[in-house]
Amino acid sequence: MTEEKKDIGQIFLNEVNVEEPVEEKPKKSFLSKAVIPLLAILTGLIIGAILIAVTSQTVWAAFGESFWRGLSQVWKEVVTAYGALITGSLGDPARIVRALGSGDAKAIRQAFNPILESLVQATPYIFAGLAVAVGFRSGLFNIGVEGQLFIGAACATFVGYSINGLPAYIHMPLAFLAGAAGGAFWAFIPGFLKAKTGGHEVINTIMMNWIAFRFTEWLLSGPMSRPGSGGLPLSPIIQDTAKIPQFFASPIRFHAGFFIALAVAWLVWWLLFKTTWGLNLRTVGTNPRAARYAGLNTSKSIIVGMTLSGALAGMAGAVQILAVNHSMALGLSSGYGFDSIALALIGNNHPVGVILSSLLFGTLRNGATRMMVVSAIPIDIVDVIQAIILMFVAAPAIIRSIYRLRKPKEEEQQVFLSGWGGQS
Amino acid sequence: MAPILELKGITKRFPGVLANDHIDLTLNKGEILALLGENGAGKSTLMNILYGLYQPDEGEIFINGEKVVINSPTDAIEQGIGMVHQHFMLIPVFTVTENVMLGNESVKYGGFLDREKAAQRITEISDRFNLEVDPTFYVKDIPVGVQQRVEIIKLLYRDAEILIFDEPTAVLTPQEADELFKIMRLLIEKGKSIIFITHKLREVLEISDRIMVIRRGAMVGETTPEEADKNALAAMMVGREVDLEVDRSESIPGEVVCTIEDLVVVDTRDEVCVENVSLDIRAGEIVGVAGVQGNGQTELVYAVTGLLKHVSGKVTILGQDVTRFTPRQITELGTAHIPEDRQQDGLVLPFTVAENLVLCTYYQEPFSKGVLLQYPVILENAEKLIENFDIRTPSAVTPVGTLSGGNQQKVIIARELSRPIKFLVASQPTRGLDVGSIEYIHKRIVQKRDEGAGVLLVSPELDEIMELSDRIAVMYRGQVLAVVPNKGISKEYIGLLMAGVMPEGPVPTRESTLVEATF
Repeated sequence: MTEEKKDIGQIFLNEVNVEEPVEEKPKKSFLSKAVIPLLAILTGLIIGAILIAVTSQTVWAAFGESFWRGLSQVWKEVVTAYGALITGSLGDPARIVRALGSGDAKAIRQAFNPILESLVQATPYIFAGLAVAVGFRSGLFNIGVEGQLFIGAACATFVGYSINGLPAYIHMPLAFLAGAAGGAFWAFIPGFLKAKTGGHEVINTIMMNWIAFRFTEWLLSGPMSRPGSGGLPLSPIIQDTAKIPQFFASPIRFHAGFFIALAVAWLVWWLLFKTTWGLNLRTVGTNPRAARYAGLNTSKSIIVGMTLSGALAGMAGAVQILAVNHSMALGLSSGYGFDSIALALIGNNHPVGVILSSLLFGTLRNGATRMMVVSAIPIDIVDVIQAIILMFVAAPAIIRSIYRLRKPKEEEQQVFLSGWGGQS
Repeated sequence: MAPILELKGITKRFPGVLANDHIDLTLNKGEILALLGENGAGKSTLMNILYGLYQPDEGEIFINGEKVVINSPTDAIEQGIGMVHQHFMLIPVFTVTENVMLGNESVKYGGFLDREKAAQRITEISDRFNLEVDPTFYVKDIPVGVQQRVEIIKLLYRDAEILIFDEPTAVLTPQEADELFKIMRLLIEKGKSIIFITHKLREVLEISDRIMVIRRGAMVGETTPEEADKNALAAMMVGREVDLEVDRSESIPGEVVCTIEDLVVVDTRDEVCVENVSLDIRAGEIVGVAGVQGNGQTELVYAVTGLLKHVSGKVTILGQDVTRFTPRQITELGTAHIPEDRQQDGLVLPFTVAENLVLCTYYQEPFSKGVLLQYPVILENAEKLIENFDIRTPSAVTPVGTLSGGNQQKVIIARELSRPIKFLVASQPTRGLDVGSIEYIHKRIVQKRDEGAGVLLVSPELDEIMELSDRIAVMYRGQVLAVVPNKGISKEYIGLLMAGVMPEGPVPTRESTLVEATF
């Protein structure tokens, strides 16, 4: 009947795209939509606490002495760990109060540094999460964000160090846009292949990731290597004119990129939900057959959606180079591109949701460092917590059954007489 | 003697909906009970309960006077309840024997399939009930009507005493349907009992012994074919008087709006599915394309609307050769398309009613200025169409997927018919809809014709074609076998053409020239 093949990817995309933009629905549904992610976070933290207790030597030792000692040790460990997680990511309230009382500007800045650092950590997540969200909204599963991020970073770095004598108000945007263009180009390739040959974007973006990793490695040890780096894959430091300004003196890294990220998120929201282009992308992304019926050019939409997604991914790389690292090394990304898939899903593929979940991920990442220092709990526990949160968000039925929530009405009634035998 | 099946006070609630409200149903041995009701009336829920897919919140099931609990389809089969589904549950590349055995395999030598034994039993059953099924044939090679008989054999093979037929005639030609009715008669003569689910009133009156009507989850009436007529049944189903016959004046054909010349279309497997089709559609007339589903009608519509490229031939719409046109260009010429599959092609289910109402025109003024969507205008347009086309929706910003099938279809009808169109392609415009919606949509289509649009109507429901069309084209295996004016033509004649038989001699007519109502 039709050439549209139902593949796993399509089914998955339908699953993740079933939501509607928040602003077009009554207000109360925002809360009902947030319930599942919030409970997922809570459950993730609870299971994380269990893991902290179970993996601790001292807890086992205390249980060896007596049950009650064991329990109190569990309590102590978990409070220490999560306490460190919170003070490390949001700041220590006592210290903030003290600093405010003393009136010393430097002390105040340092007291607020944990929360500012969380925003710094959240910034690349916002860009990368938007990249994935735009992909999903356009019906594309862009797993290649990580690779696009590397190419974007390389382009921004190159423009950042190689051009001399430009004023900052030109050089900095130019370097940033070069990053976007690099990511866009890298995503255009799988987009084009999907539109013209039907090559699945999941496979092609994964492959493009590997090409990007090895390609940037070669760039950094060859054409773009820093003189005197001794063969280490490392780029020259970018010009001061290309740097995105940081607001405070070192070691506070809080920078203007965070606000650029918010502005871009707004732009993406506007584009997706307020323009004909966005409606076009979302229609093709939600129901390509209906899009064809309505006269839309689905191939064009796929290429545009993928390229836009890549541009956002490139921005994630560019902002890290121009605002934080100031030169490119291979350890540029701690898996932003892959975490962003998770946070786009938690954020319901909506720009506001992406910002919120980016803040959560940034906070967890930032706090985890302090947690490791204070309580000797491996940083990996945060990965586990993140993974659990994602699993629960992806499988809302589990959360509903744990917390005995009702299923939305429309889902319940979707069972029909002929539905059980495989045909409907 | 206790009735073979008795449902007492069956109640099933879904959140916010009472799907079955204390339904009592009695099925006597050796009778055909028709279960009639609109879509969403609760027939399916009731049968799902009987078949073990749902558990009732209240109520009891008795078989031969004994109380039973049915937890799964397996339980149902053990209790002698079997169901013939609307969509067959057969594996095309298996033989009849293998399909019938599946799930209930006879084995020999401790683990090898005993096909011979099964085939022998199938032949016995086939002979006993006059089913004429050869157990050695592959299912893919036998006609649809025979496939349905294989489904019946599957039930009889498992010693089913109560047979549920779910919309069994939807995929059959009129002749095949007559054959099925004969078989159903024979089944009850031999002591089986049948529940027959349908929305076609004519069939209910023809075949059933008793009729029960469900409306909004409750049993609203019980009658017999002798006591009832179509109008009474329709009124019981809908809860109000229904005008079954569309007032359709003689058409006044004008200029040709669409010419199809020697059209050849191949499907994705490169098989020819539309073969040298030529057809004219004039302004102010409805050309109905009759035919059993899957004889190339879908592809014909796709080719005409630009969704499928054709291999050769030519389609001209309003004087323009549209061979190289995109679907959007064809729409912009003044064509509207009500697609066959409303959920897949016609709507974006998670999108709002308002957005779906501008699906084909959102990029034009006044719905957008430049690239900026004008949501206030889009919402205003939606409010107006919801009012004009009586779309039952909580609001204009409700996702269209949460509406009932009839209201989803009304969204499409509203979108397509509210534009100034000259050519309408309507593919199965009333598929799966209830009597009230069908009545409404038929009126709208005729109204569009009277306003001077040419209409190409495709439907496997012969009644619908005969009621609405001014001319009828019959498609069989991709070809148009005949185009006849719909004047005093008999249903049997069209039925033969649908089965691929070219009747000899002059076109036979019915005694009565009255156009028979749908359903």
